[in-house]
Amino acid sequence: MLSEEEKKEIDQELSHSPTRQAVVIEALKIIQRHRRWVSDDSLKDLAEYLEMSLDALDSVATFYSLIFRREVGEHVILICDSVSCWIMGYDTVLDHLKKKLGIDLGETTADGKFTLLTIPCLGVCERAPAMIIDRETYGDLTPERIDEIIDKLK
Amino acid sequence: MEKPLTKNIDPERGPLDIRGYERAGGYAGFKKALREMSPQKVQEEVTDANLRGRGGAGFGTGMKWSFVPMGDEAPRTKYLIANADEMEPGTFKDRILMEGDPHLLIEGMIISSYAIQARAAYIFLRWAYKRSEELLRKAIAEAYEAGYLGKNILGSGYDLEMYIHVSAGRYMCGEETGLLNALEGKRATPRAKPPFPQTSGLWGKPSIVQNVETLCNVPGIIVNGADWYKKLSKTGDGGTKIYGVSGRVKRPGAWELPMGTTVREILEEHAGGMRDGYKFKGLLPGGASTDFLVEEHLDTPMDFGSIMKVGSRMGTGTMIILDDKTCPVAMLVNLEKFFAQESCGWCTPCRDGLPWTHKMLMAIENGEGRMEDLEQLELHCNFLGPGRTFCALAPGAVEPLQSALKYFRDDFEKHIKDKQCPWRK
Repeated sequence: MLSEEEKKEIDQELSHSPTRQAVVIEALKIIQRHRRWVSDDSLKDLAEYLEMSLDALDSVATFYSLIFRREVGEHVILICDSVSCWIMGYDTVLDHLKKKLGIDLGETTADGKFTLLTIPCLGVCERAPAMIIDRETYGDLTPERIDEIIDKLK
Repeated sequence: MEKPLTKNIDPERGPLDIRGYERAGGYAGFKKALREMSPQKVQEEVTDANLRGRGGAGFGTGMKWSFVPMGDEAPRTKYLIANADEMEPGTFKDRILMEGDPHLLIEGMIISSYAIQARAAYIFLRWAYKRSEELLRKAIAEAYEAGYLGKNILGSGYDLEMYIHVSAGRYMCGEETGLLNALEGKRATPRAKPPFPQTSGLWGKPSIVQNVETLCNVPGIIVNGADWYKKLSKTGDGGTKIYGVSGRVKRPGAWELPMGTTVREILEEHAGGMRDGYKFKGLLPGGASTDFLVEEHLDTPMDFGSIMKVGSRMGTGTMIILDDKTCPVAMLVNLEKFFAQESCGWCTPCRDGLPWTHKMLMAIENGEGRMEDLEQLELHCNFLGPGRTFCALAPGAVEPLQSALKYFRDDFEKHIKDKQCPWRK
């Protein structure tokens, strides 16, 4: 079931939208804000609420890389793997994160705290290598700086 | 020199609020346009200024606007969309503008909306730009409060609503028609053209999609006129340009400089040249989807026409530097993996060709390549080139590849002959 809060936020979007379909991405983001990810059940509820077929909705949900259709941890670490960051030391950053967290790309730590994923260019190439956690961007990454950032979130 | 795009940007002070922006001369272009100029006159001024789209394609802005139906017979609902998706790898100029002076974009959007008589304007913003979102939301609220957005703006009878859409990822959203589908709540696949968005875009209504930097140029043109704007430039393309440099240089960053500043000046004077211990090997002039340039091209002016003449594109104007300690084949593996991953799968050459290209490059990088692979790669540059796909993703993807095969041929061959990457010894 969508919560009253979620419905209220979706209604707010519907109020200035020319079609119901147009709010799909915003609605998926709203669900994700409340539940971290979009489960099959959430998707069914949303399809009903937006009067769309489940398949039509899922075709949109699975297209966008920042809509998570599988469970993720409390903090999703998105590390930039595009060209400028790659030149400036993406491999070192990734190795360090993997070792520190004890997980590979696409995995979540056993305590459910962190999920490690890649993301295309974050638009902070002058501070490469970079990553983004909970929508905060961190640049000029070194193993020491990564330790500091992760330890604060633990 | 004059810096109309960045004159208000001061990272230590932070962005100006609406009062500070107006004290610095802001919203003068907007007031002049709505009070003294017809929409047609605004369009003419922008056309005369020879403002070319800063998203990468360099299409004439005034020309694009001229395709929008105007007058009593035209549809009453039209849209203006600021493309703030900025996902071209190596590109970070629009972020600097939005974080540094959000009201400049809002003013540019209001004037441009007025010029095509749009009823609503959207900012299509990428998710990663949280600070831009916060600042733009605040700026939009201030503009409503001042009566610069909403109904009957400045008593002119002109109405405009403005919204922000924060995207949920995918490079394809930056493609004009993919962006329109994303705004409609669909998968961001491209649309067949014609019809072009200028006549049938968002929800089938006439729509203009314009890059952030392009829109930020509009207020200056309206206040100071087309002649002033043309004189800012060193070449035929009008205005200034935000150039950027990333890679192993001393001072990576972005600078507003006259359009047509040479590649060498940007690289050596502004970015401080290569870091100690690294030599220049090549560069992508304007993002991942532009052809490599090498040493012999360094004195070329960075403008649309001049870079085209030496076989590349200025693109977004933010350069990525390849140094001598980085393997060009491995760099291509990185680039083509990006394009293969971001292909939306709508048309076959891109969906199937890009992963194939990526796998061949991986094989070469891992010492498992054959000389015939180089011919296959060249063939793919042709199969995925302009005119064979719905949108520019695949043609863009093969630009760095075709030029790398030309300029770094020896490096490719050495990988194959030695059965290993010379940089990984």
